[in-house]
Amino acid sequence: MAGLHKSEFQNPLLNWIDTRLPILSMMTKEYVVFPTPKNFNYFWNFGALATVSLALMMVTGIFLAMHYVPNSALAFDSVQSIMRDVNYGWLLRYAHAVGASMFFIAVYIHMFRGLYYGSYKKPRELLWILGVVILLLMMATAFMGYVLPWGQMSYWGATVITNLFSAIPLIGNDIVVWLRGGFAIDNATLNRFFSLHYLLPFVILGVVFLHVVALHVTGSNNPLGIDVKSPQDTLPFHPYYTVKDSVGVCVFLIVWAAIVCFAPNMLGDPSNSIPANPLQTPSEIVPEWYLLPFYAILRSVPNKLGGVVLMFGAILVLFVLPWLDTSPVRSARFRPLYRPFVIVLVLAVVVLGMVGGHRPEGIWVVLGRVATTYYFFHFLVLLPVLGKLERPLPLPNSISRPVISPRGGGPLPGATPAKPMEKA
Amino acid sequence: MSATANASPEDHPPGDGVTKRDFLQLLTLAGAAVGAGAIAWPLIDSMNPTADVLALSTTEVDLTPIPEGSAITVVWQGQPTFVRHRTPKEIKEAEDVPLNDLIDPQTDSARVKSGHDQWLVVIGICTHLGCIPLGNRPTDPRGEWGGWFCPCHGSQYDTSGRVRHGPAPANLAVPPYAFETDSKIKIG
Repeated sequence: MAGLHKSEFQNPLLNWIDTRLPILSMMTKEYVVFPTPKNFNYFWNFGALATVSLALMMVTGIFLAMHYVPNSALAFDSVQSIMRDVNYGWLLRYAHAVGASMFFIAVYIHMFRGLYYGSYKKPRELLWILGVVILLLMMATAFMGYVLPWGQMSYWGATVITNLFSAIPLIGNDIVVWLRGGFAIDNATLNRFFSLHYLLPFVILGVVFLHVVALHVTGSNNPLGIDVKSPQDTLPFHPYYTVKDSVGVCVFLIVWAAIVCFAPNMLGDPSNSIPANPLQTPSEIVPEWYLLPFYAILRSVPNKLGGVVLMFGAILVLFVLPWLDTSPVRSARFRPLYRPFVIVLVLAVVVLGMVGGHRPEGIWVVLGRVATTYYFFHFLVLLPVLGKLERPLPLPNSISRPVISPRGGGPLPGATPAKPMEKA
Repeated sequence: MSATANASPEDHPPGDGVTKRDFLQLLTLAGAAVGAGAIAWPLIDSMNPTADVLALSTTEVDLTPIPEGSAITVVWQGQPTFVRHRTPKEIKEAEDVPLNDLIDPQTDSARVKSGHDQWLVVIGICTHLGCIPLGNRPTDPRGEWGGWFCPCHGSQYDTSGRVRHGPAPANLAVPPYAFETDSKIKIG
């Protein structure tokens, strides 16, 4: 009996369960008393928002799959039937389609938070890498989900994306045929995409679990980017951050519901209301907005293999980000040079998104190349060099000092003793 | 919400342990429960029959091709429905049965439209466990009472579709229908 867990639950039934399966103790430890830095701002909501998005996407998706038919002859009509005949089918479909955008918005802001406050730095490298894995899985899932309605943009998007692999020397064409299960996108492709679109969210859920486990080992970063030094620097997760997250979730769901109810097709493409036609490409092929920056990088390179390599490279470079950034200071608040550059990076990505939405003509070609260059310059040149050149601002002694200071918010320049920076 | 509102601190003398915070917590939980229900309902309702299924809720049947003594099976709402053209002998048998002899007592006149005694319309699903009873063709086994015989567990029905021998507990159900003309009915 030595292995039994000593449960602190008073209720006899809960105690009986918890003694044998200490899941209640675990939940209490990780989500109730879990010590969390007390200076979070609202950027720290977005992990919870992404989790809520994943849950709602999975639930709406499971119910949509009860009505969707993954067959090239029936798929388009089954989606129309969902819109017209299924009770609340329009709501399920629009919530799911808009939900993909909401999920990416939450994740992109979550990533910006990580970049700005240096959340990827030691000891949270693996936490960050798991996050990049989630991003890759999300992109694959979103792409395959977009194919399922079997409209024109579904079909030709699938054609273009699978053709990316034809850029691989020697075996590229064989890989494309294997991916498609045929010489063109067809029923076999649709069936496997449906299967994988149903599977991958559960894989994402598994990686999210690992992401959270890793987070609860290292503890959360915070806007000051300095380590928690004492219990005075933290608050129990519940009720402080459950409530703060709830506020964010309410706002997030209001925005989501407003788009679903008032502008459900705002982020969609009208070409996808035309059934797939393998013999005619639409006049404009555009991916969904959340993939546009990467699409723009692809088109900015006047070489097939080069474009594909840079496009995937734009995500792969994030895997090694923790080692590219040589500065030991996490938060951009204390990095006077990094701070403007990380804003420039965001601008570059926004510009790339706009470039991806326009035909590659005139100024858009130039802008695309400039922004692509900056993107890689930022990660591969700027970050390693900045850490050596930059003279960071003095860090506060602890999280508590700026929080309880009369002015609140950020650090007081004069009030904190300038501590000499330790260089890694 | 009135029940929740009654828990507000004004109704309690101070010191009995109920605080404004308890009220706020109940209010928050109630709000969250309403929200969860509002999210759950569209999901649950999406599993109900769709509009195109409901659109198939009526079936019209032309009676002229059905010979006396036989029945046909039509599909109404996805279910087999028997339309039987009864002989005068069968009608008399059905009408003459004392109600005391019946497992699920019901007069024959309550199961047909008056003036159309020769037509019996019942849902062809055994009330025991859902098999389709035999007996539409005169050559089928129709059981001891000349109606229908269920091959699954031996239930028997008479010429009015009433159960006469178990294990079925109830008569074959009569769907809602109406005569559009003397030779045409609309079920549903």
